[in-house]
Amino acid sequence: MCTLEKRGRLFVLTLTGDGEHRLSPAILDAIGSAVRRVRAESSSSNSVLITTSEGKFFSNGYDLDLGKSDPSLFPVMSAKLRSVVADLISLPIPTIAAVTGHASAAGFILAMSHDYILMRRDRGFLYMSELDIGLRMPAWFMALIRTRIGSPAARRDVVLTAKKLTATEAVEMGIVDSAHGSAAETVEAAVKLGEEMNLEGHVYGRIREMAMREVLDVIGFDETVSDVVRNSGSKL
Amino acid sequence: MCTLEKRGRVFILKLTGDGDEHRLSPAVIDEINSTVRRVRSDPSASRSVLVTTAEGKFFSNGYDFSAGRSDLSLLHLMHAKLRALFANLITLPLPTIAAVTGHASAAAFCLVMCHDYVLMRRDRGFLYMTELDLDLEIPAWAMSLIRLKIGSPAARRAVVMTSAKLTAVEAAEKGIVGGAYDGAAGAGGGIVDGANDGAAETVEAAVRLGEDLVSRGFDGHVYGRMREILLKEVLDEIVSCDTSSACVRNNASRL
Repeated sequence: MCTLEKRGRLFVLTLTGDGEHRLSPAILDAIGSAVRRVRAESSSSNSVLITTSEGKFFSNGYDLDLGKSDPSLFPVMSAKLRSVVADLISLPIPTIAAVTGHASAAGFILAMSHDYILMRRDRGFLYMSELDIGLRMPAWFMALIRTRIGSPAARRDVVLTAKKLTATEAVEMGIVDSAHGSAAETVEAAVKLGEEMNLEGHVYGRIREMAMREVLDVIGFDETVSDVVRNSGSKL
Repeated sequence: MCTLEKRGRVFILKLTGDGDEHRLSPAVIDEINSTVRRVRSDPSASRSVLVTTAEGKFFSNGYDFSAGRSDLSLLHLMHAKLRALFANLITLPLPTIAAVTGHASAAAFCLVMCHDYVLMRRDRGFLYMTELDLDLEIPAWAMSLIRLKIGSPAARRAVVMTSAKLTAVEAAEKGIVGGAYDGAAGAGGGIVDGANDGAAETVEAAVRLGEDLVSRGFDGHVYGRMREILLKEVLDEIVSCDTSSACVRNNASRL
């Protein structure tokens, strides 16, 4: 489901296979354990994590079919993704998502959990699909979106119109850092970017945690705001 | 004070009275709020759009201080009613578009910003936070809305700390015009989505945008929930203000 390899001092985590890389409990466990290995092995090295994928998809979000067949798995998938994202946010080394295919909903969120996003220009969309499929978006998704997308109108277009963003549009909106001609070029650019980074010391992860504090504040639960507002006895 | 009509799948709420400043008195806020509730409870609501507009030279010139500025309990009452209206608009299960056909100041500027899209006539009218000039404080729940709707720190400063009078073009320039974003910095400051020529054209453009949004076929209830999450901090501030006596004190009541 995912491999972890070392290229020089860089770690490359690849979601393998031609499928949609839906974030099922199993794949989230695999990603989680890869990230933990990166954390353990990078403690003495000046390293970078690159996350990428094979095939047409980076990740198409949660495994909704699995959840429909067993709804008790939805909170499981959410808990596992939140754990992966919290781990990425506290990782003591820089992280780069080399997006070589479609990233939607939770898959888009996974990409945005990295410090840098590089994306192929020739194919693939970033897409918060929740509005189109009638799914709720938890508050922690929104907190993450807010750390990545500074323009209020861009946030509205991503969340309230479920806009399908090409790499070029995403670069204009400031969500993606750079766009590249093909999947291979995107990964090479990520490797090059990683090799240029030279960060000594152990404070990087702590600083990132502080920069993304609002996400960490709400990542402990999946509740949406309306549950909270309605339960507070407001007269709305 | 305000009328409600339906054109195709677009509800149009209009503040009426050509020579009127459409001041947001307690009665007017109540009237707008109950009209919005009528939209909410219409069976077609979740497959429609709401356009808010006004007749005449003013969209709205803010709160009604004709009874005198020193009546703090009146100010507190208008704040409370405006909070309820904001919460209503923010949780509404359909997209909202403000067709700004005249001046919108202070509380009314905030009311405009409660909408998902803002279209404004290019030839006349200002958006204007008058509080600095009127010696009024901006409450936390209004500031939270400003913060979420105006991304650029420089634009926020101009609006809030200098009471800048913005034309439609200046407002559109402060970040976003119809979908183009502030490139490399990624932090557009925009308030207004499009500047249109004249009042009628602005409303027409709003109706067209509304029809376009509806034709995408999403569920208004899901849309409304997503908007609540987008504007979570504003709802949090509104709820916390409604339930906290500290907020009452900060709204300059003598409690």
